[in-house]
Amino acid sequence: MEAQTYEPIKKEQCKAVNITGAEAMMECLVQEGVELMFGYPGGAIMPVYDALYSYSDRLKHVLVRHEQGAIHAAQGFARVSGKVGVCLVTSGPAATNVVTGIADAMIDSTPVVIISGQVGSNLLGTDAFQETDVIGITQPVTKWNYQITRAEDIPWAMAKAFYVARSGRPGPVLIDITKDAQFNKFDFRYQKMQSIRSYQPVPQPDLTKINEASHLINLAKKPLALVGQGVVLANAEKELMEFLEKTGIPAAWTILGLSAMPTDHPLNVGMLGMHGNYGPNIKTNQADLIIGIGMRFDDRVTANTQRYATNARVIHMEIDPAEINKIIHADVPVLGTVKETLPLLTQKVNKNEHTQWLEEFNACYRVEHERLIGKELHPEKPELTMGEVVRRVSEAFDDDAIMVTDVGQHQMVATRYFKFRQSRSVVTSGGLGTMGFGLPAAIGAKLGAPERHVCLFVGDGGFQMTIQELGTIFQEKVPVKIILLNNNFLGMVRQWQELFFDFRYAQTELINPDFQTIAKGYYIPAIKVTERENLDDAIKTMAESEGPFLLEVVVEKEGNVFPMVPSGMSVDDIRLE
Amino acid sequence: MKEEFTLTVFSENVVGLLNQVTTVFTRRHINIESITASASAIKGIHKFTIVIFTTQEQVEKLVGQIEKRIDVLKAYYFRNNEIVYQEIALYKVPTKSLLEGNEVEQLVRKHGARILELTEEYTVIQKTGYKEETQYLYEKLQPYGLTQFTRSGRVAVNRLKKEPLTTWLKTLEEDRLKVEA
Ligand SMILES: Cc1ncc(C[n+]2csc(CCOP(=O)(O)OP(=O)(O)O)c2C)c(N)n1
Ligand SMILES: [Mg+2]
Repeated sequence: MEAQTYEPIKKEQCKAVNITGAEAMMECLVQEGVELMFGYPGGAIMPVYDALYSYSDRLKHVLVRHEQGAIHAAQGFARVSGKVGVCLVTSGPAATNVVTGIADAMIDSTPVVIISGQVGSNLLGTDAFQETDVIGITQPVTKWNYQITRAEDIPWAMAKAFYVARSGRPGPVLIDITKDAQFNKFDFRYQKMQSIRSYQPVPQPDLTKINEASHLINLAKKPLALVGQGVVLANAEKELMEFLEKTGIPAAWTILGLSAMPTDHPLNVGMLGMHGNYGPNIKTNQADLIIGIGMRFDDRVTANTQRYATNARVIHMEIDPAEINKIIHADVPVLGTVKETLPLLTQKVNKNEHTQWLEEFNACYRVEHERLIGKELHPEKPELTMGEVVRRVSEAFDDDAIMVTDVGQHQMVATRYFKFRQSRSVVTSGGLGTMGFGLPAAIGAKLGAPERHVCLFVGDGGFQMTIQELGTIFQEKVPVKIILLNNNFLGMVRQWQELFFDFRYAQTELINPDFQTIAKGYYIPAIKVTERENLDDAIKTMAESEGPFLLEVVVEKEGNVFPMVPSGMSVDDIRLE
Repeated sequence: MKEEFTLTVFSENVVGLLNQVTTVFTRRHINIESITASASAIKGIHKFTIVIFTTQEQVEKLVGQIEKRIDVLKAYYFRNNEIVYQEIALYKVPTKSLLEGNEVEQLVRKHGARILELTEEYTVIQKTGYKEETQYLYEKLQPYGLTQFTRSGRVAVNRLKKEPLTTWLKTLEEDRLKVEA
């Protein structure tokens, strides 16, 4: 196989320098605009780390405490900054430690490049020390992966890695590089990749589809827009607002589309899906037109697809052709980046208002507020609720912080009650639901947007999955605010046990360590709140603190997240209690 | 309704591509009935011919998922009436059975098969055709002490009047030559 022949780098393009593969890796990173990476050294990647030592003025490296932390931090970094997150690990156990994060980045379309060391090419396939088939293992969870066995292949493979990771629908790319390829010298020259013949990252917009879509939009009496992360990834927030404001169409969001629109915008009608808002869920089945904008009709959004959007035509605006008709049939598929297709559509559609239809959403909101939101935010019972903590924290940061979450009840509550003014303010594991994601992702988010406040909401279960990253926070002095919502339970699973397994709490109760002592061990200031009267002061202390902070709030043990669409049911079967 | 579909996939010739293509099927628990992989007429481009039994809806999604792989150029699916296809089968029988009467020879002739190799011990017969045909001959040869039988995956060409892919690939090839020159 002659891998390098099919993406030729033209000879005249730049002058060659004779350097080692490891140095070439550093050069590639610099040329791709990388300034920061997350990683952990080991035998098979040592030449690269050695080269990094000389590049420390240009390439900052954050030493994590576990490789899973490195990949999640790279994801957090990428999600808030829009840049490619980079992660550097050794072979074998280190490479397998990043697999969860790669799968997470794949399903949530996050641009990351993972570089893993590999045993020498002469040892490949021999069960050598710390050899694993990383290419085989990661193939189904990467957008692209490649094993470099010759230093000469570094330039094109790295150029392709970055190009693939960031173009089109972004995703994770893994480059596995053998130790000999790191050591060997060759004539290095670099050129960024502009295209690959077998890959069309952004489909050309089809004007007939735009026309058909605008026609449906002009006729619709009850249209509903569903906003996904595609809008954020395309930097099309402005284009979205122009489209919505011209057409007056109410818009709901998926968990990854959160913060693409400001929380308080009058057309923002709330969250879709299993624990979303009442209005957008039940109105999905009353709408006569559904416009999916950069979203993929995930099962947590659609619930039972047989009884989804039962009265609606569907317009699906999407960059990835494989998403069209995958879950929900699209009457009008609009392929392309929403950055281009939204303005084309906005041009064509009539100016409109849907005052009455929008009022129906407001009415739903009042019902939800009356039955549920009010009680969550201003509880009469003595126990603290997750919702009130989330809202107080949001307000303490002027509703303008970056919110990072882990996975579980606190995640759903955080997405429901935290408020946003600007885009790229949410980092959460949506598609994979990876517990342990939150703490390292918050580190990456803070380093990716140092000028902004970063608040992590984490459960007592998930916190302990990657708790060692407190060490990274301490070493790097990353000023993240950690809000630990402690219910002494694997709350989300307990909720299901209560509702669907007859209160049989199999292995969901946690006997926890003293988190205050743990924080102290890492020299991170911490407060524990058990009473409502102390909450505001504690939040204030946290908000005013300069560095990292752990705010542990003991919340009600057996609180449930509502509304809820029970699995197998339809969006309009949503339960308010 | 499930039916037989033939997929043709054109890809870059890179290590692990077969795995990339097959995981699309394994993930969805779809059995591959047959698969043939080889170099296409154009340098550096591989062609896979894959036969599966599934529904129209499913096959559309599969093709989408395959095409999504970065190193895959194009993927198409066809129904059996849209392609001309064949499989090749080899049969090994003891030469003794040929010499003992003329039945085996007659079978060979009647089925449009041919003898590839004849030694004192064994004879290798080759037949090209549809699976049912090669299977039929297999059953016919059984009584004559058949010792080995093997059948290839499917090879197919489509019946389309226009060949958009070939033209596209040709321009790619010309571009490549230009770059290399
Ligand atoms: C790695 C991983 N393992 C298991 C699960 C299943 N799971 C989903 S939510 C949850 C409970 C989370 O508990 P905790 O972190 O305390 O958050 P809470 O729900 O109590 O807010 C579990 C076990 C998961 N999502 N990820
Ligand atoms: Mg908990």
